[in-house]
Amino acid sequence: MKKFATLFGAALLAGSALGAVQAYAADDLTITSWGGAYQESQRNAFFKPFVDAGNKVTEAEYNGEIAKVRAMVEAKAVTWDVVDVDTQTALAGCAEGAFETIDWGKLGLDKSKFIGGDVTDCAVPNILYSTVAAYDTSKTKDPANLFEALYDTAKFPGKRALQKSPFVNLEWALMADGVAPEDVYKVLGTDEGVERAFKKLDTIKKDVIWWESGAQGPQLLADGQVVFATSWNGRFYNAIKTDKKPFKIIWDRQAPDWDWWAIPKGTPKLDGAYRFIAFASDPQRMADQTKWISYGPANKDAAPKIDPAILPDLPSAPDNLKTVFYPDPTFWGDKGDELRERFNAWLAQ
Amino acid sequence: MAMAQALPDDGVMRAADGTPLKVALARAERREKLKAMALVAPLFAFIIFSFVVPILIMLWNAVYDPDVSQNMPQTIQALKSWDGKDLPSEEVYAAFVADMKEAQKNKQTALIGKRLNYEMSGIRSKVVATGRKAATIEAGPYKDQVIAIDKVWGDPDTWATIKRSSSAYTPFYVLSMMDLRQNPDGHVEAVPADRAIYRSILVRTLGISLFVTLMTLLLGYPVAYLLATSPQKTASIMMMFVLLPFWTSLLVRTTAWMVLMQDGGVFAGMMHFTGITWFLNLIGALNGEPQLFKTRFATIVAMTHIQLPFTLLPIYSVMKTISPTYMRAAKSLGGTPFYSFVRVYVPQTLPGVAAGCLLTFILCLGYYITPALVGGPTDQMISGFIERSINSENNWGKASALGVILLTATLILYYVYNKLVGIDRMKLG
Repeated sequence: MKKFATLFGAALLAGSALGAVQAYAADDLTITSWGGAYQESQRNAFFKPFVDAGNKVTEAEYNGEIAKVRAMVEAKAVTWDVVDVDTQTALAGCAEGAFETIDWGKLGLDKSKFIGGDVTDCAVPNILYSTVAAYDTSKTKDPANLFEALYDTAKFPGKRALQKSPFVNLEWALMADGVAPEDVYKVLGTDEGVERAFKKLDTIKKDVIWWESGAQGPQLLADGQVVFATSWNGRFYNAIKTDKKPFKIIWDRQAPDWDWWAIPKGTPKLDGAYRFIAFASDPQRMADQTKWISYGPANKDAAPKIDPAILPDLPSAPDNLKTVFYPDPTFWGDKGDELRERFNAWLAQ
Repeated sequence: MAMAQALPDDGVMRAADGTPLKVALARAERREKLKAMALVAPLFAFIIFSFVVPILIMLWNAVYDPDVSQNMPQTIQALKSWDGKDLPSEEVYAAFVADMKEAQKNKQTALIGKRLNYEMSGIRSKVVATGRKAATIEAGPYKDQVIAIDKVWGDPDTWATIKRSSSAYTPFYVLSMMDLRQNPDGHVEAVPADRAIYRSILVRTLGISLFVTLMTLLLGYPVAYLLATSPQKTASIMMMFVLLPFWTSLLVRTTAWMVLMQDGGVFAGMMHFTGITWFLNLIGALNGEPQLFKTRFATIVAMTHIQLPFTLLPIYSVMKTISPTYMRAAKSLGGTPFYSFVRVYVPQTLPGVAAGCLLTFILCLGYYITPALVGGPTDQMISGFIERSINSENNWGKASALGVILLTATLILYYVYNKLVGIDRMKLG
């Protein structure tokens, strides 16, 4: 019995000593992103080199639910140290005090070098992506434009995969209903405009499979479950390049947006979070990321370092920008909650 | 008479040590009770902390709502003397500006806006914008400056809503989960039709649960009978077919149904192969290939499959206890096999049927993962909306209120069941 107690005590002691040493060596940073091909590219370009430099990283995934960040911050139990967010989440989270205010001096970065650096003071721009639709060229004929693809169920019978979110879907619905792109937010700002967008979505409601994580769109397309799928352009690029899928991206009315690094307020590993963001904002590493996914780096210094072969696949390629539609992140930062709730109610009806 | 001689003079029975027998007995009993209580204490403590306390917190969260009262203390104080008819006084606007400046500094404006927005759609963005602009107001008079920022502050209804939200306790969430709301005068009214979804979700949840329960009973009862009446060896082999899926994780089985039900998947392939697709097309019930994935049909099939053992096993164990002599007696008295079965056998299985059905029905009420994976947006049940309010809307009040509705519905059902069948008649085995 005594022997057992001694052994047990020794084990405890050893365990705690080991734990102490590790905690001293490096904070274990939890970094949350959007999973799939995108997180894979971040793993290759940022997480692995960061770990090689003597840090510890635990990865987590989410589908952009800002509610999860808010819940952590409100409960004062923040377990995510760095989160990859889209612009509306960055703005809404900033207004609600869910994110730390970024101290660019502490990062050692020049804000003016970043595209969109002054859009919010709670996040650091990371990449430029775009919401697009795509189809399988071996099964579906070329549509004339985006709205024919999404809304002309007579010409293209079959299901469509759309994101389970009002973001971009409402704008596209209004444009498909004949609203000029420059008037979209004026219309969507009114109750009648919101009604109109949902009325248009009603016309394809029974033909839609709603996806929640970015990998689902290309997957549904690959499985032949849908004729058109929306997703983020990098996800389709990855399916085309890596999985050799005969997909084609519809750049018509592509909806570009940023992704950002944000720090949930109250994280105990604030310094580590800053170190990681500075590390991941390095121009060379940002340019490296384009080897694995077709998103444009937000750091202007990274642009000359990008492999020219990938340039035509970026949302910012001149050919892809011809009929671009720029979503208004401020509109979504302010109205996102209301519209999401309305959207959820509409879905359930 | 020998007993009577042992009695002492005072007429009290005593134990060997002279204490009155009653006291000694009570003492011994108390010791036993304490021992028994010590044995159940861990479970009792576990239930208190893992079950009772969370439910109490949930009930509390459904009515507790401090966002406005915490972040607009001065405005609420000033609004106390407001009569609610015309616009509030200058004093209220001054307090409002002070509160908004403070909230802007602490980045709380969006929280205030979010809370008010539940009752006044569209006000969230106005509160946030007002917060930004209020920070630049240097001096009074405040009233006109505030109304100049947004005309919503010139509407008495806005202030009535703020005044109503000023208490830390609100019936708002529970009301809205019944598609009701308070209008600015405080009267309860129905919400507009395009927002009224919760009653239909409750009806849907009850409907799907009832249907699945009936299906499991219809499918499970004959199988249970077969199992109970077959020779031991055959029965134990057949039992494996029931139990193996029962032991498989719910998530695994649901995922399997996803694969089976996919468009062009195994299920559709079998329908095609057997000619069912052709036949359905012929009679016009179907146009082209069947689309089963993300439908009510897929949800009900998958749920029935998962719930089948829960209905079947209690019925089976009750059937095992029914002696075959009853049926023999019924037949010997001239009953046809059908008549004897219906009048003699079935009534004896009712406690098992009741237990199995109640178990399945109550489990179905809480289904989340199966409708989420194989059902479409209109097949989601209450639990799915609880998840969505927490993970996508960060609305714990709403999630708690939905939980309260679900709990109440379950308790009412239990009560009705107890009245009709009697819980003491229920047999799980």
